[in-house]
Amino acid sequence: MSAPAVTEGELRFRRPLVVPGRLARAVLGAVLGLAGLWVLFLARGTSAGPAVTEPGEFLVTVLDGVTFAGLLFVIASGFTLVFGLMRTVNMAHGGFFLLAAYLAIEIQKDMVGKSRNIEADEVSIAAWILPLLVASGIVALLGVAAQQLLLRWNQGEDLRQAIITVALAVILADQMLAEFGGLAQRAVWPGAVVHFFEVLGQRYATSRLFMLSIALVVGGLLWLWLNRTRMGMVIRAGVDDQEMVRVLGINVTLVFGVTFFVGSFLAGMGGVMGASFSGVAPGTDGQWLLNSLIVVIIGGLGSLKGAVAGSLLYGMVIAFSPAYLPSGYTFYSIIFTFAVLALVLAVRPTGLYGRPE
Amino acid sequence: MSRPRPSIRDAVVVLTLALLVLLPLFGSDFFIDFVMTRTMMLGLAASTLVFLAAYGGMVSLAQWLLFGMAGFAVGNVVAESGRGLRLGWNPWLGVVIALVVVTLASLLLGALSSRTTGIYFLMLTLTYAVIGFFFFGQVTTFSGFGGMTGIDPPGLFSSAPKRLYYAGVVLSALAYVAFRAIGRTPFGLALQGVRDDPIRMASLGFNVPVHRILAFTLAGFVAGVAGILNIWWNGQIDPTSISIGPTLDLLIIAVIGGIGYLEGAWLGAFVFVSANIYLRDIPLIDRIGGVIEERVLAGERFNTVIGILLLVIMLASPEGLTGLLLRIRDAVGGGRGPQRSSTTAALDATRS
Repeated sequence: MSAPAVTEGELRFRRPLVVPGRLARAVLGAVLGLAGLWVLFLARGTSAGPAVTEPGEFLVTVLDGVTFAGLLFVIASGFTLVFGLMRTVNMAHGGFFLLAAYLAIEIQKDMVGKSRNIEADEVSIAAWILPLLVASGIVALLGVAAQQLLLRWNQGEDLRQAIITVALAVILADQMLAEFGGLAQRAVWPGAVVHFFEVLGQRYATSRLFMLSIALVVGGLLWLWLNRTRMGMVIRAGVDDQEMVRVLGINVTLVFGVTFFVGSFLAGMGGVMGASFSGVAPGTDGQWLLNSLIVVIIGGLGSLKGAVAGSLLYGMVIAFSPAYLPSGYTFYSIIFTFAVLALVLAVRPTGLYGRPE
Repeated sequence: MSRPRPSIRDAVVVLTLALLVLLPLFGSDFFIDFVMTRTMMLGLAASTLVFLAAYGGMVSLAQWLLFGMAGFAVGNVVAESGRGLRLGWNPWLGVVIALVVVTLASLLLGALSSRTTGIYFLMLTLTYAVIGFFFFGQVTTFSGFGGMTGIDPPGLFSSAPKRLYYAGVVLSALAYVAFRAIGRTPFGLALQGVRDDPIRMASLGFNVPVHRILAFTLAGFVAGVAGILNIWWNGQIDPTSISIGPTLDLLIIAVIGGIGYLEGAWLGAFVFVSANIYLRDIPLIDRIGGVIEERVLAGERFNTVIGILLLVIMLASPEGLTGLLLRIRDAVGGGRGPQRSSTTAALDATRS
């Protein structure tokens, strides 16, 4: 048959082929139920053990998940903010992350006066906060410069902009390799936050809670900015209908510049936090670009609420899958990330809080 | 609908093919093996990306994952020692299994992403690519970060680089002809309709997701074929070779060549591979000193050069080198007036 005609069979398949919504929901419910049962009662032979007999391990895993989610949120919120308003996918977000991390490490070395083996006791609060602010500020300015020079005039061409930022990411990564070398480096948490406390018989690091509290402050400030200020109002309006905002005589170019500044600043903050949390090396940029992508794909692009939900869900998967997989099989944990992504997309193709395109 | 008459474009393609066939007569062994064979493999892989972008409006970053997955599948089946499954079976059986695995994987990934379009599709497929990287890195049953070595090609291709080159040329030509032919079938036309206006196509009674899934699966299969050539050429594979860098390199190849033109895939691959190998041999380049020499032109700063090239192309001519050539042809030959090119269509499809 050369001319395509609508047959009855095709009509019946009008729903997307993937998984019909109700089935997907049932599958989701069953998977969550089984996972809950497993973690609570059955998880013998895993590194954590069943939650009913090992509540301490369970609590620690939850804390790990929530604190890691904090770090995820700081980075992904910048990514989603820029995308939500300008529909620019900043593939250089990971590059900004890594650059800020390297800069902060250098500044911290200068402030402490040692170039290697810095101990946490030698780092004052200022010797952590100041590098964070300066490095993130530099990266934010770089971001604004890139946006004004490379992206401003081709606004609306999604793919072209994405590839331009890919080029930026490639150049940045290569130049950072030349400047900072190939070895892993790390920033040092200030001594004041490096302690351990006891919880249900487990030792837990205060620095992780410090990281979470920074994320909470960032989240709170972002919420206030977007919901309680005039500029936030303009940004939210711009997310909904950019043309209309422009027609109302609002200087959208300025708003775009500020948004890109904040987005890049958040990438930089995340970089410094990540460098203190787990260190950075060439390639960390790609890893954190991936993390931001997963968070926003799960949560829904352009939504701050989605960034919170995506960070929490992904953080939990990252924390739970190695702890509750049978020892010897923990390397399969990456599959769980993929499974979560697949499940979310099957139920909601635009993410948990994303709007239909 | 009448068949388009042979154009200058077709003539150039045929001439290029003839040149490629005759090349081993006068090219050096190094040139054939390290430049042209790689050009053919990378071009074949990139052509699947171009096919999806130009005909389906789907810019997929998962093609390099499928390319690598074929290599890992062959490695697991064929290799007798080292990491992975170590089955030690016949290399041709390895080909069959690898193609089945890759086709099924692309069917699954295509189905998962069939309701996503534009820039979301790009990000989703990038996520697949990086998850694939971690999968082969962490799951030691199939590879582990160390990768696999000692994967021998079938006897036909062992220590016969020219045969492998010809296999690359023949498969590339087949893929090129097939992709262009598919563009003229009812399926291909519907696919282009889906690219331009999915809602209208859906209301006309076309099943939009199925068209996307089929195109994605077909492209995945061809990427798998390219991946098999690559593993025969390389004899080894490790997860780093499918990490985010090489994944983006394939997109870069397609963009340099021109993401709207199938020919551009091979042109881009040729530019990419030759830049990688010959950059430091360009005459007079050692006269440039200072920061530029140290930070851009030094041998190991290849990525900076490619990044700058990509940036310039995207800023100046998003249609890539092929688009540039066509524009020159139109200017010289009097031109036929502005045409809506497939690049514009591919780029438009991602516009919100």
